[in-house]
Amino acid sequence: MIVELGHYSLVLALALAIVGFVLPLIGALRHDAQLMAVAPSATVAQFVFVAISFAVLTHAYLVSDFSVANVVENSHSMKPLIFKISGVWGNHEGSMLLWVLILALFGALVALFGRNLPLRLKALVLSIQSLIGVAFLFFILATSNPFLRLSPAPIEGRDLNPILQDIGLAIHPPLLYLGYVGCSISFSFAIAALIDGRIDAAWARWVRPWTLAAWVFLTLGIAMGSYWAYYELGWGGWWFWDPVENASFMPWLAATALLHSAIVMEKRDALKIWTILLAILAFSLSLLGTFLVRSGVLTSVHAFASDPTRGVFILGILCVFIGGGLALFAARAPSLAPGGVFAPISREGALVFNNLILTAACATVLTGTLYPLVLEALTGGKISVGAPFFDMTFGPLMVPLLIAVPFGPLLAWKRGDLLAASQRLMAAFLVALAVIVIGLFLAGTGSALAILGIALAAWLLVGSLSDIAFRVKLGRAPLAESVRRGVGLPRAAWGTMVAHFGLGLTVLGIVASTAWNSETIVTMKPGDSVEVAGRTLAMDGFLPVAGGTYTGTAVRFSIREGGAAIGTLQPEKRFYTVQNMPTTESAIRTFGFSQLYVSLGDVKPDGETTVRVYWKSLITLIWLGALVMAAGGTLSLSDRRLRVGAPKPARRAVPVAAE
Amino acid sequence: MLLWIAMAVLTAVASLVVLAPLGRRGTSDAAADSAGSIYRDQLAELARDREAGLIAESEAEAARIEIARRLLKVTDAGADRLRDGATLRRFAVLVAIIGLPLIAVGTYLAIGSPNLADQPLAERRQASNDSELDGLVAKVEAHLAAEPNDGKGWEVIGPVYMRMGRFDDAARAFDNSRRLLGATPDRDALYGEALVRIHGGLVTADAEQAFASALKADPSNVRARFYIAIGLGQSGRKDEAVAAWKSLIDSAPADAPWLDSAKAELAGLEGGAPMAAAPGPTANDVAAAADQTPEQRQQMIEGMVSGLAARLDASPDDPQGWARLFRAYIVLGRQADAEAALVRARGLLAGKSDVLAAVEKAAADNGISAKAAP
Repeated sequence: MIVELGHYSLVLALALAIVGFVLPLIGALRHDAQLMAVAPSATVAQFVFVAISFAVLTHAYLVSDFSVANVVENSHSMKPLIFKISGVWGNHEGSMLLWVLILALFGALVALFGRNLPLRLKALVLSIQSLIGVAFLFFILATSNPFLRLSPAPIEGRDLNPILQDIGLAIHPPLLYLGYVGCSISFSFAIAALIDGRIDAAWARWVRPWTLAAWVFLTLGIAMGSYWAYYELGWGGWWFWDPVENASFMPWLAATALLHSAIVMEKRDALKIWTILLAILAFSLSLLGTFLVRSGVLTSVHAFASDPTRGVFILGILCVFIGGGLALFAARAPSLAPGGVFAPISREGALVFNNLILTAACATVLTGTLYPLVLEALTGGKISVGAPFFDMTFGPLMVPLLIAVPFGPLLAWKRGDLLAASQRLMAAFLVALAVIVIGLFLAGTGSALAILGIALAAWLLVGSLSDIAFRVKLGRAPLAESVRRGVGLPRAAWGTMVAHFGLGLTVLGIVASTAWNSETIVTMKPGDSVEVAGRTLAMDGFLPVAGGTYTGTAVRFSIREGGAAIGTLQPEKRFYTVQNMPTTESAIRTFGFSQLYVSLGDVKPDGETTVRVYWKSLITLIWLGALVMAAGGTLSLSDRRLRVGAPKPARRAVPVAAE
Repeated sequence: MLLWIAMAVLTAVASLVVLAPLGRRGTSDAAADSAGSIYRDQLAELARDREAGLIAESEAEAARIEIARRLLKVTDAGADRLRDGATLRRFAVLVAIIGLPLIAVGTYLAIGSPNLADQPLAERRQASNDSELDGLVAKVEAHLAAEPNDGKGWEVIGPVYMRMGRFDDAARAFDNSRRLLGATPDRDALYGEALVRIHGGLVTADAEQAFASALKADPSNVRARFYIAIGLGQSGRKDEAVAAWKSLIDSAPADAPWLDSAKAELAGLEGGAPMAAAPGPTANDVAAAADQTPEQRQQMIEGMVSGLAARLDASPDDPQGWARLFRAYIVLGRQADAEAALVRARGLLAGKSDVLAAVEKAAADNGISAKAAP
């Protein structure tokens, strides 16, 4: 009975979503307060019913109810508890249910906490949010229903894809979906503003935090996915420009742009139309990201969820939301009142520059991702667009943006002073120069490109600190005074610094791990050893491992540095008996920010084993940087102050940025 | 019944959630005001900042003017002019109490399975009083994982997989037994049947090939003839199919379990009824078996083994049969039964030293030893 009740809850949620879309929309168009008032309660109830059905599905996994087809296909009674839970969304149907759960949750949050939203705006936003809910719930019930039953029930399940039996599955998809779905709120606000025909302060006040929250989750989700791919797939790579990775990266780029333009909108009432367009684009790319994985047109590590029969449905949803959103934008955007004006050299100008480059970068990635598909559809020719394309296009695009990042926070609103800003960045400039000189002296011109990259990272790191250092008068006033000023600074300013600093860390990690990595593939027997980055890796022997639904062999290596043993590594080859699938589990040890990475290739009967040994310099900085970026976003999110960017009187020569 | 009551309660909650705000009044004033309230909050915060000394006087003044300007703009645009529409409200009430339940119940009845109870694994195991069947299958699987070249093991587990509905596994098992033990008409036909079941009753080219090779060695193989006949019907070769069914039915013993299905197929062809990818009687058997409780399935497997034992007691002159029986007992973990069977074989085969030698060898292969017959 429980299972069927969960199924019925999902159906009820669909019915409520339809009602929650239709009634408030009519209410908003006809100015009927009662009909508009239906929106919040319908939205909250929608969340409750989706939550019930999600809880029911999870329960079915926990008790191994094999009368549910979805449980049979993705679970096994012997599976460890954590993977029984994460297995709920480790498949297409369950992951769509998680998606809708988060969608409904966000709608409910807007309904509950949007007390100071104008009634009409709130009704429209929730109505659009419900419309998205209708599309997804209908999609789930019609093509991907996780509550389909089997009678008679099989005795045992088929187990989850071994690659997904990892803690990464418990974290990566929920974070990513929080990010994707967070973009839906900005989208709903944008569509509501277009229907309403006006954008006021409440609009910007709401869009920025939602975008920021979505961006924080996207950042964490992508970083987690990247680290997961790095340690699970055993190739030692952390980013493959795989179409599906790009699919999550594009909304991130768009959300980053939106996040910055929303600041301009909130403070200066400018860039309204552009911000709305970005909100539509960010969510469109999120939809693309959600569905590109499932459409079956792409093959990748995410192919677990693909089923071409759903293609038409997916195409329909994409057309309605992307096409509909853009069409509405084209029809209504001209009627929106444009906002304030500003000089090219100003905070606004810097943010526009940021937006232009980020959207161009996003378009580049989109081109690289979809071009092979389009070409194949048109001419039947198959081409593959890989890392070289992205390295040659995306990389150069990002360089000017990264150079410009430290300038942004230093420029005043409306009209800024580039010279004054440059003076304050002198320290960062000198550090970058020193990096180049010392680097060339030590490493020679052979790795000039890498050294320039490191210099760029140093410029970002020191430059992001410069703004705060200047504002608290570090070194120019007594320390106590600086601390007092630091405490008084808005958290948003600290958030900016932390996030930009994190970006610098990530750049440093990318450059260093690309330039100074080593890859050794050797055939070893117990007793053999290999040198890597000043350390010795010796193969000790084999030991059997088993757990859950797999059996396998581990190889123990000991690491020695200068004759002293400093640790062991234990990569494994596993065989998952139910899925009939072998996997390789790599072993990683972190030294400082760098990592020693060992994974196993073929094991021959006589014990001769192919071993891949990687040394990755400063690689953890890539993900640490992302964590720092997310922390910066959270810090900025916690700044609940209202923002008004007061223009400086023009006569002041040295503007001080006001928050 | 409980399910319907619970569903009714949920539906009522959903309707009420929509109805409640429709009955409420007096939301208009608060709504009209909230657009301006943001700006009032901003002004208040500005005042706080100025008192705390966070921003300079001139900046605060500039910000105040900016906020005031925006506030005026909103006031100019006017608050939402709200109307009360009685007709609209009636429509909304109808949607809440009729439309919403109709959508929900209608959709659910189309896609739900209200008659299926939950079947958590622990409960099912308790209901069948043991988890032996799982244990037995798991035991055999573990054995085969360790010794994948044990053709007899595959032969034992194949039919079990078929009964469990794991047709992919069954096909693999039969294929392995064919490969390791050599093809026989029965093995070929079983393999073909598993392929047919994988494809939901469709006789594919692979399956047809398996049946053809079974018939080549044994033209009277019933299973192969049955599926070949189905395949002929599916590929539209009606006359050949009719002929095949007729000869099959003519040669059938009166109590053959598949006879009714065969007659139905024949009637369908002659009546010109549209061809469905019909599962055969053996397939129906499987479906029937699948409907059984785990306990019944358990009995079924035991039945297969005891049937073999009984057959050997009646005609013991079959060393391969004895080997299969030993193998079955061993993979099922019934060591004592295996030893008892060996003792029995020695008794029955006394005087047929060549057969007994083969049986003894099979027993030794399976690690069975028993004291000499009394």
